Amino acid sequence: MRYESPTSFKAAAELLSKEKGQAFILAGGTDLLVRMRTGFIEPDLVVDIKRIGGSREIKKTESGFKIGAAVSGAELGEHKALKKAWPGVVEAANLIGSKQVQGRCTMAGNLCNASPAADSVPALVAAGAKAVIVGPKGKRKVAVEEIPTGPGKTSLKKGEIVESIILPKRAPKSGDAYLRFIPRSEMDIAVVGVGVNVTLDAKGIVTKARVALGAVAPTVRLVPAAAKALIGTKMEDAALDKLAEACAAACSPIDDKRGTREFRIKVAGVLARRAAIIARQRAGGK
Amino acid sequence: MSGIHVTTKINGDEVQFVCEADESLLDVLRNRLGLTGAKEGCGTGDCGACSVTVDGRLTCSCLVLGAEVDGHDIGTIEGMAMGDELHPLQKKFIEHAALQCGICTPGFLVAAKALLDHNPEPTETEIRFGLAGNLCRCTGYDKIVRAVQAAAEEMNSAKKIQQKVA
Repeated sequence: MRYESPTSFKAAAELLSKEKGQAFILAGGTDLLVRMRTGFIEPDLVVDIKRIGGSREIKKTESGFKIGAAVSGAELGEHKALKKAWPGVVEAANLIGSKQVQGRCTMAGNLCNASPAADSVPALVAAGAKAVIVGPKGKRKVAVEEIPTGPGKTSLKKGEIVESIILPKRAPKSGDAYLRFIPRSEMDIAVVGVGVNVTLDAKGIVTKARVALGAVAPTVRLVPAAAKALIGTKMEDAALDKLAEACAAACSPIDDKRGTREFRIKVAGVLARRAAIIARQRAGGK
Repeated sequence: MSGIHVTTKINGDEVQFVCEADESLLDVLRNRLGLTGAKEGCGTGDCGACSVTVDGRLTCSCLVLGAEVDGHDIGTIEGMAMGDELHPLQKKFIEHAALQCGICTPGFLVAAKALLDHNPEPTETEIRFGLAGNLCRCTGYDKIVRAVQAAAEEMNSAKKIQQKVA
């Protein structure tokens, strides 16, 4: 195995696209090194992106926040402005693993590892986050939900790297939240995860909403019908019932040792309700 | 395969080593540098026995490549005591019998110190969440939590006395 730590994304993309063997990107390494250790993969090349300028920075810009691909969960949690604007995204990212894992794990890695149960991804999808991708053919920007295509699979082409994640600028009276169900109180993988993001008008009526589900389908799923159930309402019980129904209808989960199909479908609706209520509170609604 | 030359700081001292590209920081510490305080439990970031700090941030050294730490500051359990003077956490772990076999202890101490550096007066819940990445299979967690509480108390009262004197 070769280890390279280039200082630009362009150079990193070049290394990856020229490699004839198995090449992998190293950011936090909390998935990659586990897969190496357990023998799932045997890389010929590992490209560490942490020495690239900007890869470990959170930048507040005119249009929102730009989060470098190697920013750790712990760094996200310590960034006050980001936490204030996008508390749901930060709490979702901070649920990944232990304090030790938080010291290294990244949202870009969580996204590109493409686990259906990735905690930060439903929150990012609900937030309308975009990923900036650098590749041999230049830069492109895509909605984060377009990156995972199935468990462990992404739409990234050979040589492409997620350079940063962009969170949009916050409209007034907006709030987001992420909740997950796990059988333990810490250090577990989501059985169901729900991200909700809402914007209210002066009267407290929902004008914009996005709802995303994790761990109930092969990829994280954006659920437009669930958002529709909230828009135009003050999230009265009837609207929340419709939200829960829409979420349950959007699930196509597996049965496994951590949760049955029926349980996951039911819990998706329950968590969506609870997350919506938290998002509304954070948006300044009642 | 030619080795990778790495210059780093470990517990404040400059250290240079040569390692293989796929060698973990844990293996470098234990096998090349003789720093055997960090232990390998699971090797996959679940148990915390290999906990170290990189630039002050708690991490599992089994999930870091040796090659990655060039130019960074590493903190290990070997840097915790000041010469013969044990750190208050180490003293309280002994007083409270917060260990039996001791394999998890270096990791718990490094994690507990990182927790107290960040949050000097943690609640019991914060301690339990803060140490959730460290597994102990013999003592049980209560004695460990009590030891961390006692150390925090002692460190905070020592700080208050210092402030009064100043």
